[in-house]
Amino acid sequence: MSVKDDIPVRTAYINARIIDPSSNTDTPGSVLTDGERIIDVGPRIFNEGPPTGTKVIDCKGACLAPGLVDIRVQSGEPGQEHKETLATLGRAAVSGGITSMVCLPNTDPVIDDMSTLEFIARRARLHGLAKVYCYGAITKGLKGSVLAEMGLLADSGAVAFTDGLKSLADAQVMRRALDYASTFDFLIVQHAEEPDLANGGMMNAGETATRLGLAGIPPLAEVIMVERDIRLAEMTGGRLHFAHLSTAEAISAVRKAKASGLRITCDTAPPYFALNELAVGDYRTFAKLSPPLRAEIDRQAVITGLLDGTIDAIASDHTPEDEESKRLPFSEAAFGGTGLETLLSVTLELVHNKHMELSKAIGLVTHKPAQLMGLKGGKLLPNEPADLIIFDPEIGWKVTEQSLHSKSKNSPFDGRPVQGQVQRTVIDGRTLFVHER
Amino acid sequence: MQEGSSDLTSFPHRHLLGIEGLSPDQITVLLDRSEIYVDQNRQVNKKKTLLRGRTIINLFFENSTRTRTSFELAGKRLGGDVINMSVSTSSIKKGETLIDTAMTLNAMHPDVLIVRHPHSGAVKLLSEKVNCAVINAGDGSHEHPTQALLDALTIRRRRGTLQGLEVAICGDITHSRVARSNIHLLLTMGARVRLIAPATLLPTDIARLGVEVFHDMASGLENCDIVMMLRLQQERMQGGFFPSIREYFTFFGLDYTKLANAKADALIMHPGPMNRGVEIDAEVADDFGRSVIREQVEMGVAVRMACLEVLTENLGQTMLRNT
Repeated sequence: MSVKDDIPVRTAYINARIIDPSSNTDTPGSVLTDGERIIDVGPRIFNEGPPTGTKVIDCKGACLAPGLVDIRVQSGEPGQEHKETLATLGRAAVSGGITSMVCLPNTDPVIDDMSTLEFIARRARLHGLAKVYCYGAITKGLKGSVLAEMGLLADSGAVAFTDGLKSLADAQVMRRALDYASTFDFLIVQHAEEPDLANGGMMNAGETATRLGLAGIPPLAEVIMVERDIRLAEMTGGRLHFAHLSTAEAISAVRKAKASGLRITCDTAPPYFALNELAVGDYRTFAKLSPPLRAEIDRQAVITGLLDGTIDAIASDHTPEDEESKRLPFSEAAFGGTGLETLLSVTLELVHNKHMELSKAIGLVTHKPAQLMGLKGGKLLPNEPADLIIFDPEIGWKVTEQSLHSKSKNSPFDGRPVQGQVQRTVIDGRTLFVHER
Repeated sequence: MQEGSSDLTSFPHRHLLGIEGLSPDQITVLLDRSEIYVDQNRQVNKKKTLLRGRTIINLFFENSTRTRTSFELAGKRLGGDVINMSVSTSSIKKGETLIDTAMTLNAMHPDVLIVRHPHSGAVKLLSEKVNCAVINAGDGSHEHPTQALLDALTIRRRRGTLQGLEVAICGDITHSRVARSNIHLLLTMGARVRLIAPATLLPTDIARLGVEVFHDMASGLENCDIVMMLRLQQERMQGGFFPSIREYFTFFGLDYTKLANAKADALIMHPGPMNRGVEIDAEVADDFGRSVIREQVEMGVAVRMACLEVLTENLGQTMLRNT
């Protein structure tokens, strides 16, 4: 892999089912790209046939949609290259149809400094795979006490700020962070979990945890933090986003906050609408996630939240962990699961299970998350970057260690038959992934 | 003298505790009287005998060099006896309460107490327990009236009036008594006030004082006549209000790039002491044509002489009433 210096040729994608949630489009048609941009989209743009000198790609009726925008991804590089490098991350992303991703600051060193941010950006550019954006840390060293240089980090490209896997627990620091961020209209992203309540917990508190003899993380740990932060956002006028919400009550708190006009948004991750705490089963450490898989009633509330717009987006919450971190007694195993390569297929379960239209589901992983983070892409419109995917929503496959490109194999969906396969991923007009039959 | 009197030569208060509540006329009286002293201070013979026999105590519960010296000079140039008391030499360290200190000093029959205290409201509390006049030389994050007056005098001498001017006050508003006194004074005198600071350094509901709030220097400084910079009062900050000095200077430090948004002849002010490279670029601070920072110091002595003059005038009448 190397930096791509070539200028992509004028390309016509024909015989596609065009899905662009940003313009409510779901129609047979074609897309024309030139260089790194989309030139035209629509059902009749090639009435006279594709213009001469144009490379033609026949989609054969498959769906053509904007490339996926994944706003919660853990990179192992720098610091944990044995779990994931920016190269393996990029390959996993493009094979999953992800064209842009936002990486968490929980690297080593932490992204609380311009130089780390620029290092990652430069390395990612070198690989020329999915576009890599970064969150900046809210607090120095993610220690939850001293604010990081948000203004300077944003100048270097940080799209929003979060302490990543750590909840910002100190109310005064959170208040100052929201206040300070509001100075620049930056977005603060919170992993909502009251750390003292969650301390020592291994899975969702409840009957299953009790039967398994595992310490529980009460749903309240999430609810309390969400409710507190909504109050702080109200007081400061700051923009606040909750990552991977998993409980019914937290979602209803966000619903209420949105109704009262607060600038609160949230996302969830596929495990929280596709799995529940029973997936932990016989101490499956791949199902040990943070936040933990919740009760069935919570899973259903997540779907309701996605349907009524309370939950703004779906992110993969990709957290690569190596075997040494997962092949352990449940209590000692690391939290987290990979997700880049299952984001599309598991999201499509919402369509296959008749919860929502295809276009709405695709919107939750394309233009909605792009809009949240102020990123380009996620739209099939003229002059937008030519970031797109061709996929077949019906083709089935099974999530296995062999089917995944990520360096780590800890998918919570391991062994699951899914439907929906990415056939081609195009970024800035360049085809970076083609599914091999 | 009655409260709210429109007499244009006198000042109807026993103390000067703050700017809030003063009328435009009362402020004008103080500024007009100050003008006379500006000229007098530029003479070889700067000494008057107006305050002969009067005792003035500089009572400073907080470190200060410039304000204390300014008041001391003002008192001495008017012929008064000035005594400096600072916290390290007082019995406060021995556990005496503020009110006991006030009573003790009061028993020595001073005429004017000039008080600085780290706690907002402490100077007013002390003023209620003494028979003399009290000048607030800064109480916590509340008021610093003579600073606002000297700023106003500086502007008035340069611009002729305060009416209609666009004044930007930039920096640590939350911890600044200078900002609060200036806001009250400028608004009272018909200027428009903008505050520019990160949200963490702006106190809650500050806009309700009648000011316009900005979070970025470029738009906040646009078309301003006066740029007042404030010192970052890190000694008053508990916990992080901003990430680093480097970031603060990048976004809120006054340099020529940001200053370019203000009017071409905008004046640059700073109450001192300055932190060069923190809130203000050294080049800008030393800009001979536009920085009036040293002029502010000069005006300080004149303003404090005027304040001592008007308050001791009133004192004569008050003491007659008391006896």
